[in-house]
Amino acid sequence: MSKTIKLRKGLNINLLGEASKVKNAVDQSDMFSIKPPDFHGVTPKMVVKAGDKVKAGDVIFFNKYQEEIKFLSPVSGEIQEIVRGEKRRILEILISADSTIEYTDLGTKNPESMSADEVKSHVLASGLWPFIKMRPCDVIAKPTDVPKAIFISAFDSSPLAPDYDFALHGEDKNFQNGINILKQLTTGKVHLTTNGSGNPDAVFTSATGVEKNTISGKHPVGNVGTQIHHIDPINKGEVVWTVNAQDVVMMGRVFTTGKFDLSKVIALTGSEIINPKYIKTIVGTSVKNILADAINGDNYRVISGNVLTGDKISDNGYLGYYDSQITVIPEGNEPMFSFTKGWLGLGFNKFSVNRTYFSWLTPNKKRKLDTNLNGEIRSFVMTGEMEKVFPFDIYPMHLIKSVMYNDLDEMESLGIYEVAPEDFALCEFVCTSKVDIQDVIRKGLDEVYSECL
Amino acid sequence: MKAIENMMRKFEPTHEGKWSKLHPAWDAFYTFLFTPGETTQKGAHIRDGIDLKRTMFTVIIALIPCLLFGMYNTGHWHYASLGQAGEFMDNFGDKFMYGVLRTLPIVIVSYGVGLGIEFIFAIKNGHAVQEGFLVSGMLIPLIVPIDVPLWMVAVAVVFAVVIGKEVFGGTGMNIVNVALTTRAFLFIGYPTKMSGDKVWVGGLGDEGTQVADGFSGATPLGDLATAASVHVENNTALDKIAALKEKITLMPDLKDQLTAKIEALNEIVASNTEVITNKLSIVPSMADSLFGNIMGSIGETSVYAIAIGAFILLYTGIASWRIMLSFIAGGLVMGFIFNFIDGNPFQAIDPLHQLALGGFAFGAVFMITDPVTGCQTNTGKFIYGFLAGFFAILVRVFNTAFPEGVMMSILFFNVMAPLIDHYVIQANVKRRMKRLKTKTV
Repeated sequence: MSKTIKLRKGLNINLLGEASKVKNAVDQSDMFSIKPPDFHGVTPKMVVKAGDKVKAGDVIFFNKYQEEIKFLSPVSGEIQEIVRGEKRRILEILISADSTIEYTDLGTKNPESMSADEVKSHVLASGLWPFIKMRPCDVIAKPTDVPKAIFISAFDSSPLAPDYDFALHGEDKNFQNGINILKQLTTGKVHLTTNGSGNPDAVFTSATGVEKNTISGKHPVGNVGTQIHHIDPINKGEVVWTVNAQDVVMMGRVFTTGKFDLSKVIALTGSEIINPKYIKTIVGTSVKNILADAINGDNYRVISGNVLTGDKISDNGYLGYYDSQITVIPEGNEPMFSFTKGWLGLGFNKFSVNRTYFSWLTPNKKRKLDTNLNGEIRSFVMTGEMEKVFPFDIYPMHLIKSVMYNDLDEMESLGIYEVAPEDFALCEFVCTSKVDIQDVIRKGLDEVYSECL
Repeated sequence: MKAIENMMRKFEPTHEGKWSKLHPAWDAFYTFLFTPGETTQKGAHIRDGIDLKRTMFTVIIALIPCLLFGMYNTGHWHYASLGQAGEFMDNFGDKFMYGVLRTLPIVIVSYGVGLGIEFIFAIKNGHAVQEGFLVSGMLIPLIVPIDVPLWMVAVAVVFAVVIGKEVFGGTGMNIVNVALTTRAFLFIGYPTKMSGDKVWVGGLGDEGTQVADGFSGATPLGDLATAASVHVENNTALDKIAALKEKITLMPDLKDQLTAKIEALNEIVASNTEVITNKLSIVPSMADSLFGNIMGSIGETSVYAIAIGAFILLYTGIASWRIMLSFIAGGLVMGFIFNFIDGNPFQAIDPLHQLALGGFAFGAVFMITDPVTGCQTNTGKFIYGFLAGFFAILVRVFNTAFPEGVMMSILFFNVMAPLIDHYVIQANVKRRMKRLKTKTV
């Protein structure tokens, strides 16, 4: 049964710098990077070393503890450096790319004429498995699990997020092929959830073999976690897989073409971008070319992903493996005098869920928000603010506290299996006490993963 | 701004230097003047503009109407006790000045002692000074009688901050409301300075004060409580009279003796009835109770001033409307129940009037809504507010020795709040378990 859901809770943060609907080509970057920290919980075991030549589709590392999960190079070229951090942890694998990409032939396949096991082993062999994530814990799925369902969100509701209806327009065939792959991986349903308050593109409406649901409301309505919770919630012992719509298209493309082609359309957004737009590029690209002459001012932060869940990167950094967006916002590292811009001021420019600043006079104004914490870290004092932006039948504050004092039983009974850090991003945003909630939830999930799964 | 910033930076104790322990104190002053340039490092890159300082500041703004009205009202009753008040708005300047001079020292002592302790604990534990006391420090002067000695305020604040808050871990960790703990300490430790008919009017308790004829310094609730207890006495006397009358019919030879006794009792009843009528006649009207030109703790009297505060808190979203609304509902329900029983003059009073008297309105807006000591779940907030309001009126009317039941009721439900939350959360947990069970079946 497909479902239609309306959510009342949530929050849309209106930011300046939404990408205008044009797709621009940018010169292909000569540097690419795969960052193992993007794959939470994976311990990389390198197959290549610095100086090796690779083609797009060659294995560069695999998960030490699940050897069948392989990570392939998105481009052809030479492994330039393996960047290590503390305790020799691998942070980045830098690849200097050839100007024309050579592909290793992975073989063209039609998932519909293959058995489930064949599909699974081909997904693993062709390096597509990392696109499949599992709930609970929001990590790369275990190939041995049998998920009760697979969820795809057809839109992203986070601030300045790329419009998938625009970015994926015309990818109907690859998307359908991707769904055909996923259908083989579960005994249950594949859910595709579209935005109830928009007009989904044909790429989603024409998809077959999926359970189509619609959901409408404010962010985090587009988060797949919210959708799972309202469509088919996860109980203890159950596993659900999720795949991003962009990644479904790439999976389908790799199967049809036999080439490990991870090109995708990303959005270049944020108040500091001179001309926000969409760009066609490849996963793992250096953002240097993309940001050249595109940024206003000199005190800014580049984020791979959106402002709520993305990662801070340098302006020579690299696009994260799962990200479809680059956001540039002002860095807020200047102290603000209390009476003018700080906590005692009138605050016409401060965005707040509460009406303590006079910005409530212009609730729909698009704002330029910086990275200032807007206060100091404090004990939890206010209550009820997280509930307003957290559309789950879960008590957020109590779940967070149970993680803080590390009580597994309580985490379990309060619903840790159903959440991912991104679901708490808005709670973190509104928190008066400035607690890093996503980090807390991630720690809780790590604990659950090592103890219970 | 840069100049101030540089000056502040000049005095910043280094983390290793010999003044390093004083860093939290410096930090408190610095963050008062500047929202620091600290940026987000993990998770969400942008954050809501609000912080704890702004939250607390908003509550203080909401308290200002009560404070100003309280100051003026204090002055008014002082002059009224001397027979020089005239109409409420006469002598505006003198009355207000008197109120300011009497109230400000209490505010200063409350803030000085409380923040002093906060600073000491922050320096000792090496953590930042949290803003919790900014509001407590303003609430305390508003809920004590004007004539309370300053040293008592100081002692009570020390008790409330150390035992009520710091031993639990400071701001955000306390179980009971700090301001009410201060008041409870004063009430139990120094009852003569917290109740009766001498403390509510500035200067009334001083030796040699010439009180105007017919002036009573008792609060309306005190009057009502007296009326209620006299009413009880009356009932016992009437019972005795009835018993004596029965005896007369049984033992006619003792008639004279018994009649004398009955007459004596009748006299008591008559004088008691007079007291009751007298007391009830000076209970202020509904209009006065709402306006607030009545006697009571400094900030609690004017429902209108409190309503302005309530509007600010609710509109900005700082206080929980759930708690406020259900607290009032709880009080009303209990008021109607008492109306129905109609046992004594105190119970017979109109429920809305009941809520307008004493600290009920102030408690509903500023005390019960304290997020730290209240329930944290939305469902729990309704239950918590309702029960606290219900019990506030119950305690007030039943315990005539202690008309201010709001304080006790809120403190009691502060303690009960985690229990209420526990059951609300268990219901959520059970829902999740049930989902799992239906699935496996």
